[in-house]
Amino acid sequence: MKTRKINSNTMLLLITIALFFVMYIAGCAIYASKGFAHLQTFLNILINNAGLLCVACGMTCVMLTGGIDISVGALIAMDCMLLAVGMERWGMNSMVLCVLVLAVGVVFGLVQGFCVGYLEIQPFIVTMAGMFFARGMTAVICTDQVSISANEFFVKLANMKIEIPFGAYTNSKGVLQVPFIRITVVIALVVLIAVFLMLRFTKFGRSLYAVGGNEQSATMMGLDVKKTKLKAYVLSSFLCSIGGICFCLNTMSGSVRQALGLEMDAIASAVIGGTLLTGGVGNVIGSFFGVLINGTISTLVKTHGKLLSSWSNIAVAALLCFFIVLQSIFAKLKDNKK
Amino acid sequence: MNKLKKITGKPLFLPIFCMLLVMAVNIVYDVSSGNFAFNFFTISVRNGVLYGRLIDILNRGSEVTILAIGMTLVVSASAGTDISVGSVMSLAASFCCMLLAGYGVSAANDLAVPLIVGVLGAILMGCICGAFNGFLVAYLNVQPMVATLILFSAARAIGLLLCNNLIVYVRNESFQFFGGYLGFLPTPIVIAAVCIAIVGILLKKTALGLYIQSVGINKRASRIAGLNSARIIFLCYLVCGLAAGIAGLVASSRISSADSNNIGLNYELDAILAVALGGNSLGGGKFNLAGSIIGAYTIQAISITLYALGVSTEQAPVYKAIIVILIVTIQAPPFKAWIKRMNAKRALEKGGAAA
Amino acid sequence: MDQNVVLTMRGITMTFPGVKALDHVDFTLRSGEIHALMGENGAGKSTLIKCLTGINAFEAGEIHVAGIQGPVVNHSTLDAQKKGISTVYQEVNLCPNLSVAENLFIGREPKTRLGTIDWKEMNRRSQKIMTDLDMNIDVTQNLEEYSLALQQMIAIARAVDMDCKVLILDEPTSSLDDNEVAKLFRLMKQLKEKGVGIVFVTHFLEQVYAVCDRITVLRNGQLVGEYPIAELPRVKLVAAMMGKDFDDLAAIKSEEAPAFSDEDLLIDAQGMSHKGTIKPFNLQIHKGEVVGLTGLLGSGRSELARVIYGADRNQTGTLKVKGQEVKINAPIDAMNLGMGLLPDDRKAEGIIGDLSVRENIILALQAKRGMFRLLPMKEQVEIADKYIEMLQIKTASRETLIRQLSGGNQQKVILGRWLATDPDFLILDEPTRGIDIGTKTEIQKLVLKLAGEGKSLIFISSEIEEMLRTCSKMAVLRDGVKVGEITEELSQETVMKAIAGGGSDE
Repeated sequence: MKTRKINSNTMLLLITIALFFVMYIAGCAIYASKGFAHLQTFLNILINNAGLLCVACGMTCVMLTGGIDISVGALIAMDCMLLAVGMERWGMNSMVLCVLVLAVGVVFGLVQGFCVGYLEIQPFIVTMAGMFFARGMTAVICTDQVSISANEFFVKLANMKIEIPFGAYTNSKGVLQVPFIRITVVIALVVLIAVFLMLRFTKFGRSLYAVGGNEQSATMMGLDVKKTKLKAYVLSSFLCSIGGICFCLNTMSGSVRQALGLEMDAIASAVIGGTLLTGGVGNVIGSFFGVLINGTISTLVKTHGKLLSSWSNIAVAALLCFFIVLQSIFAKLKDNKK
Repeated sequence: MNKLKKITGKPLFLPIFCMLLVMAVNIVYDVSSGNFAFNFFTISVRNGVLYGRLIDILNRGSEVTILAIGMTLVVSASAGTDISVGSVMSLAASFCCMLLAGYGVSAANDLAVPLIVGVLGAILMGCICGAFNGFLVAYLNVQPMVATLILFSAARAIGLLLCNNLIVYVRNESFQFFGGYLGFLPTPIVIAAVCIAIVGILLKKTALGLYIQSVGINKRASRIAGLNSARIIFLCYLVCGLAAGIAGLVASSRISSADSNNIGLNYELDAILAVALGGNSLGGGKFNLAGSIIGAYTIQAISITLYALGVSTEQAPVYKAIIVILIVTIQAPPFKAWIKRMNAKRALEKGGAAA
Repeated sequence: MDQNVVLTMRGITMTFPGVKALDHVDFTLRSGEIHALMGENGAGKSTLIKCLTGINAFEAGEIHVAGIQGPVVNHSTLDAQKKGISTVYQEVNLCPNLSVAENLFIGREPKTRLGTIDWKEMNRRSQKIMTDLDMNIDVTQNLEEYSLALQQMIAIARAVDMDCKVLILDEPTSSLDDNEVAKLFRLMKQLKEKGVGIVFVTHFLEQVYAVCDRITVLRNGQLVGEYPIAELPRVKLVAAMMGKDFDDLAAIKSEEAPAFSDEDLLIDAQGMSHKGTIKPFNLQIHKGEVVGLTGLLGSGRSELARVIYGADRNQTGTLKVKGQEVKINAPIDAMNLGMGLLPDDRKAEGIIGDLSVRENIILALQAKRGMFRLLPMKEQVEIADKYIEMLQIKTASRETLIRQLSGGNQQKVILGRWLATDPDFLILDEPTRGIDIGTKTEIQKLVLKLAGEGKSLIFISSEIEEMLRTCSKMAVLRDGVKVGEITEELSQETVMKAIAGGGSDE
């Protein structure tokens, strides 16, 4: 086995993983009395961020091509609203609705991808318009907050506990607590593994890297850059819709203000996980850790109890800023080396 | 054909055309709903102040107009947009109200500090945010929209912190002035006019406009010709932040409170749309401030028309997003090339038919 | 067709607006030869290559490729690749963020039975390709971990592995050091033995004589001739490229160089350099002196000037202006010291395309005055009109956008921009490139006039003749090093010999 040299990119990823463990262990030490150290706390982070993980996977793919997709938060709101209103007001079958939501995601991605890939409009402008469109459409579907309670199957699915055979403990009242996860975590982990394999082992996956690495070279080497970009945005919106379903299973409601600022969390997760804003470098394992860091921060803020929830937003933004500056410095160092 | 081209080629064609279109829609709407056909244009005096839909547009459009000024400069110099303006507005408003009411107070009738401190605080907060964005873009070479994304989501959260998670009310007449009336004119109109005048004079009397356009068109050549490209880009973001601060002040004065979650919501879209509608390319370079300003008022006219047609505030972005995509599509080089090819083909077919 | 011939181009003609870029050019490539394509800037080398690889469309002529019936027209590089014509450009066209193996195989990855990428097979085959080419590198590493030379060779390996019959190397050596060049040459010779026909485009004369079998020379879009390497010694090659018969050259005799005293010293650069582009150099320029920087493209002649002006940061050494040591951090500092730079890349660094002629002319002067001292419109108009008239700029009006002007007129506008700042020291980098003869002479006259007024100039040009006409001293550069100065016996012969470099110093 040859030893791999540590370059600046793996360096970023290592910093992230170390950061997560430091943060988590610090959390365990400080909030041991509040049960932070139990396995369930970690599983809760996964449960709460299952939707975000799906979105972050899609975001990573788009960012690999050097693009960005800020429509994801709004798209999730639209998905949730569609699911909620569909089940509660129109009495539709939940499975049919899920398929419909996924189809909406694909169409949404097709339009955005066409604008970015074939019309060569800046991804930011396109997806910003997409963001406002989706948020507005959510309000067009319904302006109230709609809770899901009537659809038995969906409620059952949301409440399903998948128990983990180890890590059980007895709480202070002497009741045995068995750690569990929810169906959303399974979905998110399947998405994570699927995207990981896709990026590593398919031609499309590698094309994403090539396009982000050097668009001109990719064209010269015979790749269809426009089509690759189109597919990336379709994938992002599709995964985002899966994330939307997970999100809905968690919150069991739809509202216009749902998932506000989620795009920021997804982008931050990817960037913290070592995906370069300039494209071409990164993978979903990094983004997974990015999501975990994100989740740990909000859990820490919640566990503290007295801090306002906006602190977690600010912490994530600060972290994003820190990593952006770090990337910029690494890029400058690389330039100087040449 | 040629005449048409001449007219459509004029720099202010797009914004004025859209404005006329909106007016036409209004007339049709008024006629169809049985109102006086020129209801839209009627201005009357009630309770000693001006009244009418046009005045309403000028008044409500003040914030977007102020933002559009800053946004125009940012787009021109850096070929990117500042998507944090709406959030910065909110932060500036929160900071201002927090200063005026005192920290942790949810409603105040008397000012805790002199009004001027609050006003300057709002403006200063805007400038700090602008400087932060500008530093990232100009000196660290971060893509403009990624850099401004940070404040896009963080500024509101910081605002909430400053206000202790409350909606802070400042029910004081002197503070309400900025969203109220100056004589018979709504104050926001006057503030917007002053902002336009100041920037207009700056562009006219200094070389700022030349510098910004030059940097936006060709950064490297501008450097060789002796311009400090980074400083100019930084300055544009600073001005944009300043504009957001002023807009935030006006917006919060209007509702006598700092509602962190709602002030400036979706304003970034309106401001960017105003720039695009003003005939400015979002790819940077040449800009036309007058276009952006007409664009901003047109956006407001569109919003008000949409509301009149029964579309809610939350639904309006759907239509605006579609307009944005249409405009950038028309501006996109591949689309232009396609149109050219289609025209050439048609000409060829015509020629073939004639021969 | 000769059995050996793999590629023939006959009567290739192509015009850019206003210029005949190629005029009935023929080119023949045989298998197993390395064929140098030589010519000065604008001679049509790259255009010819672009016609072959489908980037440019040619108007007349035919291309034949061995093994393919009938004339061949390529529409894209990919198209050309499929017909066995691969190109490796000056900048490596690979993805730095992918592994070496991926770069070799992207777009044609080996697949497993499941349809996924077979990494094992890909790495194995890549390693074999590399070993076959005597390159012992780890193919699983990212491309960016390797030096430019290796990247260049990996690009060649990719081209070769795609069964190419014709390999075009377009300036592959301009960013390589001697060691790396030697490696590249070994690879080229290996390929030659395998029967690949190689077209080698370069500006380095030594390299041509080191590896090539045959030379085709182009000049002003026309074919000068095809020569076996033995029949065309170095100096004759330079003469052929420049279109001067060697015997004629002695006829031009420069005037006596005027004497300059140390008191008139304006610019005194000691040991200035910029990493990767120009090694430390000394240069002195007096008041009223025109110094020519000569050397082949990529020799560092532009880069030297850029370091003095502060367009590239000076990393070592000092600069004295009028005896005072100065520090230049940005071009504006140089401008305040009375300098100006007309860059060689007019489009990227000269014109501000969407601004008017007037705005382009006053830009540098305005930058010097600062933002708050706007030139009154009346003055702007006066200045613009003055230079439009003085330089005879052909423009519809002073408010016409500069990008609508022809190249020559754009150049005059930029020249006007600098003259408007009334500089003491002006650097002109290729001021006459792509400009018609009449304008060229005007610019040369202007240079002499400025020198007569006591201004100092650096004049950089690919055409030695016009430098001889204007310069009183010439500095010669080769491979980023200032190798000498010629003050006496300034003639085409001495200059060309200095550029070509003697046989001894290799």
